[in-house]
Amino acid sequence: MKTGTQLFYDGSYEGFLTCVFSAFEEKLNVNGIFTEATSQGNMFAKSMNITTDLEKAQRVISGLKRKIPSESYRHIYFAFLSELEGIELLLFQYIKLAFKEEKFSSKDFGNPIILKINQISKKVSREKHRMEAFVRFQLTKDDIFYATIEPDFNVLPVILKHFETRYADQKWIIYDLKRNFGLFYNLQECSYININFKSTEHLNSSNTSIYSTSEIEFQKLWQEYFESTNIKSRKNMKLHLQHVPKRYWKYLTEKSTWQN
Amino acid sequence: MSFERIKEKLNILADAAKYDISCSSSGSKRANKGGLGNSDGVGICHSYTEDGRCVSLLKILLTNHCIFDCAYCVTRKSNDIKRAAFKVQEVVDLTMNFYRRNYIEGLFLSSGIFNSPDTTMERLVQVAKKLRLEENFNGYIHLKSIPGASDELMQEAGLYADRLSVNIEIPTVSGLKLLAPDKKHEDFIKPMEAVKNSIQIYQSEKKIIKSTPKYAPAGQSTQMIVGATGESDRDVMYSAAYYYKKYKMKRVYYSGYIPVANDSRLPALGSPVPLLRENRLYQTDWLLRFYGFDIRELLNNENQNLDLDIDPKLSWALRNREIFPLDINRADKLLIARVPGIGLKSVHKIIEARKYRKLNWEHLKKIGIAYNRARYFITCDSNSFEKRDLSSIQIKGLILQNSTSKFRKDYSSQLSLFN
Repeated sequence: MKTGTQLFYDGSYEGFLTCVFSAFEEKLNVNGIFTEATSQGNMFAKSMNITTDLEKAQRVISGLKRKIPSESYRHIYFAFLSELEGIELLLFQYIKLAFKEEKFSSKDFGNPIILKINQISKKVSREKHRMEAFVRFQLTKDDIFYATIEPDFNVLPVILKHFETRYADQKWIIYDLKRNFGLFYNLQECSYININFKSTEHLNSSNTSIYSTSEIEFQKLWQEYFESTNIKSRKNMKLHLQHVPKRYWKYLTEKSTWQN
Repeated sequence: MSFERIKEKLNILADAAKYDISCSSSGSKRANKGGLGNSDGVGICHSYTEDGRCVSLLKILLTNHCIFDCAYCVTRKSNDIKRAAFKVQEVVDLTMNFYRRNYIEGLFLSSGIFNSPDTTMERLVQVAKKLRLEENFNGYIHLKSIPGASDELMQEAGLYADRLSVNIEIPTVSGLKLLAPDKKHEDFIKPMEAVKNSIQIYQSEKKIIKSTPKYAPAGQSTQMIVGATGESDRDVMYSAAYYYKKYKMKRVYYSGYIPVANDSRLPALGSPVPLLRENRLYQTDWLLRFYGFDIRELLNNENQNLDLDIDPKLSWALRNREIFPLDINRADKLLIARVPGIGLKSVHKIIEARKYRKLNWEHLKKIGIAYNRARYFITCDSNSFEKRDLSSIQIKGLILQNSTSKFRKDYSSQLSLFN
């Protein structure tokens, strides 16, 4: 049996698709795809560095879109955003199936690879929906609504549209602190930004050199509302935690506490 | 605005509004045309309270002053509580500021009835109108239809609201007489009827003239209190089925009675909320709306109340053993939906997956069926299946033995009573 090859790429979606392109073109027996930053992989195996090539990536996308319905393509993109360990290789196998199997369907749930990708894509969808719910904007002095998030998966690119449509008449920033990039909407369009935070003061809502003076008052009103709308005789913390797991509390105005 | 005063009002008027269960923000499509907000059909729960309920809308009363004295209601006239009232502009400002911070999907505005039903309804409409026309707000608005309000006001309300609801509260007419002597059954029905008619008119006009404005695009809903007047599950669900059919309700909500008064007509203060019963009623509601069941199959003269220890689909299956076992690789979709332990998502996956290969237990478990319940009712591409000739009671015993329910403490004590 031929020994396998490991591919290393820059971590971008286009980079991953370039890996797929090279693997097909050079008929590689791929047994691992890793980002350059990680030290995963087997040091004795053959390895190749793949340089991201937008044109090659685009050819894979067009090929896929011809071959499978857009819903199935969406599963590929969403599963990639999960950033789970080994997701690239799994997706590569999925894409191979899509190109090679005459009867390929993303609904062939009896096939373990197809079912797995479907389930991972669902997880990312759920996180996307969660972020659409859990983003909490705070009004800054410069009239920008600012929010910090740290989602489990890299969902910022897929929540863009939702926020752009909904908050069309206000400037806003949603910043992913875990991955250190954000979205900025300037009333015309959305763009990706990087902010070099010099301190953690942007997390302090009562800092009136950053936030509008009424900001803290609205947060208190919201907390008040959250308390008042709870029915104590129906308390069910298990259900509460199932819906709002503790890891999300940090940036939820109603669940966080601050010093007065 | 004075934040201290608003805070106090919010405290009183959110507290009084919380017994309205509905917090749904789905089912409406409203695009954002250069203003603020939208609804794309899918609701969003922005948070959850410690009781596990979704917080999607800013749910408040305009005022808790009320001229009625309904025994089950916390804002009844005779109750000695703090009263407050919001100004129209205050509600508008709160909604806008909460929405801009992504706290909520919109507003759910209800009210105690001050002065007259029409004055109250008119004020609710004013808030919605202001949000839509002056603030260019396209988020979700749910208004309460005030019992006894005029058809003209209901007509106007639907032009600004996504959903309208009037709560039946007491499922039986006799119960209503007992607990709310000054309210008439017809008063509840009247606005419901008006809204239903308007929805139908606007929908048929829309087919001809595309620019017809939206009228209550997310439809109507209602709510019933359960466990206040000794009604049976059959009473509750037959009423629900009637409202679904007659008034084309989008949802009927069931609210386990929370004691709010010392009144000999009602369960005493401190009695536990019938949460398990409420849960079984919702399961039944789902079986009606999504699984193709007729209410008479689930509740009838022989079965007036739902089993507490097992879910209603399993109860039904145990009473109708002649249909089972079903071959999962051949059976009709509607029949698979009737198998205990197989939900609609799994039904869909099974139907798709079996086009490509015959499914065995491994496949089914990975797809996510509840094997412990389903195994007695299906066969698949495998030689191992339940071959014993088990009675329904035996099956129920086996299933309960292998399951853990968070409600177990609630019904096990009841069982021991009869032993």
